[in-house]
Amino acid sequence: MKVAYWPGCVSRGFTPELHGALAQVAPLLDIELIELDRASCCGAGVIAEHSQELADTLNARTFALAQQTDGELMMNICSTCQGAQSECQERLDANAAYRDRVNATLAGSGLRYEQGIVNKNFLWVLVEEIGLKKLRSLVKRPLENLRVGPFYGCYIIRPANRVGIDGEHPRDRYLEQVIDALGGTVIDYAGSHKCCGFPIITMNKTASLTQAGRHVGDAIDADADCLVTPCPLCHLNLDLQQPLAEGVVGRELGLPVLHLPQLVGLALGLSPKQLGMSRHIVKPRAVIDWSESVVAAAAAAA
Amino acid sequence: MAKYTLRLRRYDPESGEPPYWDEHKVDLDPHRSVLDGILQARGLQDGTIGIRCSCRQGICGSCGVRINGKPGLACNTHLQSMTNGDGNVIVVEPLGNMPVIKDLIVDMDAVHWKKIQSVTPWLLGHEPVPEREYLVPREAMVDVTQSMACIQCGACVSDCLAMEVDPEFTGPAALAKTYRFVGDPRDAEHFERLRYVAEDPHGMYTCTHCFKCVEACPKDVNPMGQIMRLRRIAGADYDIDDRNNGYRHEHAFVKNIRRNGLLHEADLLPDSYGGKFHPRAVPELLSSLPVILKGLLRRKITPAKALLHPHKAPPDVRAIFDRIDGEAARYELNLYVTGTDEESPPTRGAGEPAAAREGAER
Repeated sequence: MKVAYWPGCVSRGFTPELHGALAQVAPLLDIELIELDRASCCGAGVIAEHSQELADTLNARTFALAQQTDGELMMNICSTCQGAQSECQERLDANAAYRDRVNATLAGSGLRYEQGIVNKNFLWVLVEEIGLKKLRSLVKRPLENLRVGPFYGCYIIRPANRVGIDGEHPRDRYLEQVIDALGGTVIDYAGSHKCCGFPIITMNKTASLTQAGRHVGDAIDADADCLVTPCPLCHLNLDLQQPLAEGVVGRELGLPVLHLPQLVGLALGLSPKQLGMSRHIVKPRAVIDWSESVVAAAAAAA
Repeated sequence: MAKYTLRLRRYDPESGEPPYWDEHKVDLDPHRSVLDGILQARGLQDGTIGIRCSCRQGICGSCGVRINGKPGLACNTHLQSMTNGDGNVIVVEPLGNMPVIKDLIVDMDAVHWKKIQSVTPWLLGHEPVPEREYLVPREAMVDVTQSMACIQCGACVSDCLAMEVDPEFTGPAALAKTYRFVGDPRDAEHFERLRYVAEDPHGMYTCTHCFKCVEACPKDVNPMGQIMRLRRIAGADYDIDDRNNGYRHEHAFVKNIRRNGLLHEADLLPDSYGGKFHPRAVPELLSSLPVILKGLLRRKITPAKALLHPHKAPPDVRAIFDRIDGEAARYELNLYVTGTDEESPPTRGAGEPAAAREGAER
């Protein structure tokens, strides 16, 4: 399938391995990416704190750029983009007069947003568009014995009605379903649906790092080998800041945190290096040793 | 009539015994409430079950509890909506983030009311007080009705993830109460109220945008939305440059995107503390140095990328910033006030694409 692809800022900034991993994984899943390279930041909720209309207009511009492509839908790889954009879309789609007002501003860009764009995170695309059955059939290296703790990020699971969670779309259980489809073991721990703390890292650092440290610690206590997240901002607090979080919560952590495309890529047979896993702050040593030994075993059997 | 099993978390701190789970079978019509179930169990089986309630119709806010892990009012939660096919078992626990007095009764005074009191929860009107009523525009009062809908049940406090790690955080209910007066044109102390919650190291800038309170509220108060309004007004209308970097972070972020189109994180961090050479930024940058070095070592961050951002905002993005920021007044659409157009689709970002998704099996 062809998608209008919005990578977001952080996947090309402080977590470049995420954008790179998705570029490797997409062809294996038959996803053709039309990158929205003229689009701007979603605002991450912060621009909306400054001016709601500004955030809505910037995202309407991104939606309009996506609507100009022949992609079946728009795809993002960041929980925060998903949530911030869904919030803007809710207002844009709810009120025709408001949409006209925003479109009048966009006219200067030669763009126009038409109500009702479909914008899905890679996680939703995996489950709803590709399907778990097909995903299972593509697995070359099942993640046997890998114990994975899901970490969603707030913006992709709340509020449930805005992000479309209902009986038919249990989007707050998709990470568990994907881990299972890839052959891994799902770790149930307290922090999976909580906040990583990143949004307040410059405002209340202790609270922010306590959140990150506590969730990582809870996952370790539940015997996780690693966490997986669809959100690069969560990745910043859980991986990049993990050494600082250790100091705040007063315990050693050292738990690798994988981006969702990296976990998928490992199961589809890509090497940790191809997936940029050497760029993490917490070395995903357990994960890499594990996958290499499985590769070695498979080669020996052949 | 149907049979339900209520699994109640029981605890009496004075007994010296740890909390325990207690099951009661009740027989009620499925449309009856969880509170009806608890009261039946208390009336017919165990008179020692502790539950607080009064109006039984979703008005007084007394019976806030956690039902199957989610906070809400026991009196307006139907039994049938809470069963998951697992033998009609419904789990009821006391609210979180507050100490338990007994069973399902928590100490609202120790946490919730203390925080509400801290924000001066009454009108401080303009002087001189008019002889008759204050005259205000209708829209302004409609705007604050959302925060006025709060019934002080504590559901949002129970689920607040920031309060879980920072018990001193003012919290969603008290901050929504702050907006109730900051949004009220009759109040004369908007600036002082805003300054109070902005300067407090556990004030409005400790909210992490987790949306827990938005989901928890049985009255659609949208506490997080009210907090974002407080931040907008404090930052854009009153220029309150707070000690917590809230104002600076917001302004640095907006400037960063206007300039670059995409976020340049290496600039945002120091700018959020007032700039690379600001006295507040130096210790922060020093404490982050080991992480920065590790990032450079692992090629997560390259020096070129850290110093020079490869992106520049396209001219039309800058024009959007200038058009909207140049307006005399901010334009805000409040769906709580305006509602949704009749022809609008449900949240379509959530929906399926127009083409049927054949072949995508779960």
